[in-house]
Amino acid sequence: MSTTTPSEQQTMMRPADERRLPWYHLIYTGIAGLVLATAILAVFDALSIASAILLGFVLHLTIGYLYSRFREGRRWAMDRLMTLIVIGAFAIAMFPLLSLLWEVISRGLMRVVQASPTPFAFWTTDMSGIIGGADAGGVLHATIGTLLITLWASIISIPIGLFTAIFLVEYADQGWRRVLGKGVTFLVDVMTGIPSIVAGLFGLALFIAFLPEGEQGVRMGIMGSVALSLLMIPTVVRSSEEMLRLVPMDLREASYALGVPKWLTIVRVVLRTSVAGLTTGITLAIARVIGETAPLLLTVGMVTSINWNMFDGRMATLPTFIHQQYLNGNATCMNDTVTNPVNQEVYACTVTTNIDRAWAAALTLIIIVMVLNIIARLVSYYFSPKISR
Amino acid sequence: MAAPQPINVEDLNIYYGDFRAVADVDVQILPRSVTALIGPSGCGKSTFLRTLNRMHEVIPGAYAQGTVEINGEDIYDPRVDPVNVRRRVGMVFQKANPFPTMSIRDNVLAGVKLNNRRMAKSAQEELLERSLKGANLWNEVKDRLDKPGMGLSGGQQQRLCIARTIAVRPEVVLMDEPCSALDPISTLAIEDLIHELKQEYTIVIVTHNMQQASRVSDRTGFFNIAGTGEPGRLIEIDDTEQMFTNPGNTQTEDYISGRFG
Repeated sequence: MSTTTPSEQQTMMRPADERRLPWYHLIYTGIAGLVLATAILAVFDALSIASAILLGFVLHLTIGYLYSRFREGRRWAMDRLMTLIVIGAFAIAMFPLLSLLWEVISRGLMRVVQASPTPFAFWTTDMSGIIGGADAGGVLHATIGTLLITLWASIISIPIGLFTAIFLVEYADQGWRRVLGKGVTFLVDVMTGIPSIVAGLFGLALFIAFLPEGEQGVRMGIMGSVALSLLMIPTVVRSSEEMLRLVPMDLREASYALGVPKWLTIVRVVLRTSVAGLTTGITLAIARVIGETAPLLLTVGMVTSINWNMFDGRMATLPTFIHQQYLNGNATCMNDTVTNPVNQEVYACTVTTNIDRAWAAALTLIIIVMVLNIIARLVSYYFSPKISR
Repeated sequence: MAAPQPINVEDLNIYYGDFRAVADVDVQILPRSVTALIGPSGCGKSTFLRTLNRMHEVIPGAYAQGTVEINGEDIYDPRVDPVNVRRRVGMVFQKANPFPTMSIRDNVLAGVKLNNRRMAKSAQEELLERSLKGANLWNEVKDRLDKPGMGLSGGQQQRLCIARTIAVRPEVVLMDEPCSALDPISTLAIEDLIHELKQEYTIVIVTHNMQQASRVSDRTGFFNIAGTGEPGRLIEIDDTEQMFTNPGNTQTEDYISGRFG
């Protein structure tokens, strides 16, 4: 800290040597970095697109900073450097997402559109009677299984989660209820960290404990739903709690002052005001469990045909289907066709059929999650508080 | 309707947990008149106001001891349902708080709709029009009743909240600094409204603005606090004219003449 007398007060003008260059100078330094990186890598014989871009970016940081320092002065040089770092971090974050989407769509869509025997048969057939490298079969059974099991998991989790959140926000304010609320919050936090395989084991053990001796190999869809709800409840509680706390106390008081009882205030004012956020939170919770593999592998296993009954027998689900098809790996094709020995059905044989099915099933799963998200967006759009005139 | 009776407050002590916020209030509030409560910040006037319809106990740990008699019934009798008290004693808050999810129409009818009470369409329309006219808002909003209540200006929102309060037909309307967030013109509109409302309702208003208290009220009560950690007390209450020209207590005189606070 320097002390200044009024006579030597600093001017508010920018330094004379400081001036701002247009933003596209970033492109020049970027190209310079890329060219330099390519040259260096070529010398060391390690040139590839990825390495050129990575090294190019690092060089760009350095060159861009020095260039700007020279032309624009210290303060703007730091601004340039930070801008580049932020852009770089954004690119690094976006890369896996875009790459994943691209891979799944490009590999999965082919298999879905060009499914045999008819286009889109992948979504309307199941795997019964499909053997070896047969270029046929579909995921109807797994889609139905995934939707049913997730639906039941939601039926179990949403009321429990929502009511827990309502208790925490509206009732756990003093005395023993406050203590209980703290305990519940702690347990919910612990529950958030349960590994999914442990949740699967819980679902399995819970039912096996009640099944008679000798029937302990029984599997049913509801076991999977219970296991998934164990993962879903903490997410629902957490997100709903946040949303309910966002509702201003003013609104509750306004409602009480009109002589509205507490429970009606909660239903008609608090839940109504926060319904958009609640929907988003619940959708995220569903999206989190719909792709769970491990608990479903343990509890509901895999079948080749549609099972509508949640309380009897194994069910196919998309994540386990993907897992199973991937494990099958490449098929062996002796001829151009394979014949089912039981019903004499003849299929074209493709070596990569299992892997293709896995990609296509992954695409199906992503589409389901996307549709759920779009529905949630629409709900929150139409139900969110309207401020506009 | 029977002749309205005054509100009798006897020996009222108000607590937040262990802390006594307001001590030993004895006061009679006259019906069909405006009573203003003034005093420095933190002296407990808002707290006292909120005990008149048991809104005080919404805050965790807060409670009140003593009696508040409205129409001959003590609202702190253990057999009394606070919900019924609040239907008789409405409240308007410092910050206008229309329900953000509701239209202007639904906001006014909130007392009916939130309570799931059945009411014929025509009766609803009539109540809507009467309440909005009662709040001097009808002419401004009659063409956009289905637009969101949050789209109105601050002063209009506050009058909407008053319309909402009088739509449940209370006997008493409590106002907690209803104009503190409003511009002078909106404030004037609300003060005019208070003059009209006192024909039908008993009004208790908390205000920081002494000119406002002298303009709108028939009687004025002065709250004061001896120091931090001490409870607030009602120092004196009298006719407004008397209070502002010739107060009986030197503390009141000091406060009103601006010598402190």
